[in-house]
Amino acid sequence: MMEGLGVLIWTLVKILAVLLPLLGCVAYLTLAERKVLGYMHARIGPNQVGPKGLLQPIADAVKLMFKELILPSDANKFLFVLAPVLSIAPALVAWSVIPFGDGLVLADINAGLLFLLAMTSIGVYGVIIAGWASNSKYALLGAIRSAAQIISYELAMGFCLVGVLMMSKSLNISDIVQNQAGHAGNWYWLPLFPLFITYFISGVAETNRAPFDVAEGESEIVAGFHVEYSGMGFAVFFLAEYANMILISALCAIMFLGGWYSPFPETWDYIGAGGVHWLAIKTSILLFFMIWFRASFPRYRYDQIMRLGWKILIPVTLVWIFVMGFAIAINKSPALEMTVLAILFIVGLISVIISPKGKFGIANRHYANHSTATVEQEQGK
Amino acid sequence: MFQTILFYLFAIVLILAALRVITEKNAVHAVLYLVLCFFNSAVLWMLIEVEFLAITLVLVYVGAVMVLFLFVVMMLEVNLAATKEGYAKYLPVALLVAGVIVVELGLVLVGGKFSEMTLANAPAITADGVGNTQFLGEQMYTNYLYPFELAAVILLIAMVAAITLTHRRRPNSKYIDPAVQISRQPEGRVVMHDIKPSDFSVPEVKDVEEAASTNEKDS
Repeated sequence: MMEGLGVLIWTLVKILAVLLPLLGCVAYLTLAERKVLGYMHARIGPNQVGPKGLLQPIADAVKLMFKELILPSDANKFLFVLAPVLSIAPALVAWSVIPFGDGLVLADINAGLLFLLAMTSIGVYGVIIAGWASNSKYALLGAIRSAAQIISYELAMGFCLVGVLMMSKSLNISDIVQNQAGHAGNWYWLPLFPLFITYFISGVAETNRAPFDVAEGESEIVAGFHVEYSGMGFAVFFLAEYANMILISALCAIMFLGGWYSPFPETWDYIGAGGVHWLAIKTSILLFFMIWFRASFPRYRYDQIMRLGWKILIPVTLVWIFVMGFAIAINKSPALEMTVLAILFIVGLISVIISPKGKFGIANRHYANHSTATVEQEQGK
Repeated sequence: MFQTILFYLFAIVLILAALRVITEKNAVHAVLYLVLCFFNSAVLWMLIEVEFLAITLVLVYVGAVMVLFLFVVMMLEVNLAATKEGYAKYLPVALLVAGVIVVELGLVLVGGKFSEMTLANAPAITADGVGNTQFLGEQMYTNYLYPFELAAVILLIAMVAAITLTHRRRPNSKYIDPAVQISRQPEGRVVMHDIKPSDFSVPEVKDVEEAASTNEKDS
């Protein structure tokens, strides 16, 4: 009995050791996003609270905590309060199977990849229930958009993970990382290049981030599913979104970028050794990309989102899985074959984009054809 | 001991949630109770260490199927009075179906291997120590390959049939082929004219049409 109690307390301590730093990261990710967006927009971003604005997230948290919670009239009270909880719980539970280092994992379960897929797929309930329980048309529209979008991109995401497990022959996430042991050439990003890109794009869509943020769509439906939420209700949705962002980036780093392994050969001193810091660096770089996307791309139109998901990403993943099936039939561990094919794929993609005659090439876009010079020429300057 | 307590806890929640699914008047609540049911049955499966089935249940039913259910139900304006209509008329049929199901379940539970199964001797790990997920995968792709493929094809046929039955092109849809959209050239859309203040000759519409037609030829 005492032993059981000990295990329970030790597990709780481990859970706290994962969650507290995570929540800290979430808080500072919001600041990082505002800062990075600020610099990308040629402005400074938050710089008033604390030195260089470093206490801004804490000020925000305190402000949101003391704001009044407003229940919309005729809202379904129970579900309205439950929705933020349903939104953040899966985002945090998924961290239980993430390996931070060799053996540094809360629950080293064999079906870890499946568990992750299951947990990321139920996050959508928070959004849907929030939209419905708010008794608001904007919120309902946001919820419906979000439901259709998440279901569509989950398929592409699942297929990417199928590719990863075909390569590593294991559903255990620690095993997947260990199969990528060594420098950057051993990681899965190159042999699974199309799946890597697809996974990251679907991940951005799955977290409802720009340019796929039609569930919020300020210019169309005010704030989408959380339009009626105030104070902590809103803050919890915010937390869930950022926790999911970090989760998707960490997963991408684990599946395709070698998790905790160093990109340099293991024989090199200091920088060749693996460790938690490498996972953190890779995750941070991917998070920076997500913020970069938000600063660069205009929001997709809804039908374009559906087209990208169903007609481009899913076929790409299906073809790559099919090709990999053939490669495995020829050679049991087809890393080399897949790398060659992936390089061919990348070369083909680049040549299509830069070719002057191709239908989808950059040269065919009107901003290339119709530069400022041509306009001035036509105006006779 | 602890496992038994957990089993009864989740079993009770499962049965109560299942009852609420059929007694709840609000359709959205009923769907959410069904989600709760699935979750609890997944946990029960987890207790006998069939983790693959448990996680797949959550992934497929909770993560995808029920989301679509919720999606549809949220958009329906369910008329409560209409749902109660014909209750007495359908009751005999419903009782008959329920009776058949109860008898069948009873026969399986009493006569089959289920009577020998308890939490203690659940077939979690096979003789050679292979985990449940791996064992299931090996069986499915070797001994049961044909039934598995057949099931997959049947599901595919059902899916294709459902899509072809419901798919139609709405006449007032404003859909434009994206390939046409991105191959548009600015020459067909905008024509620049240098109009000096001295001559007020308005550009003729003909020019724009010409430019548009040349662009059509290009693409």
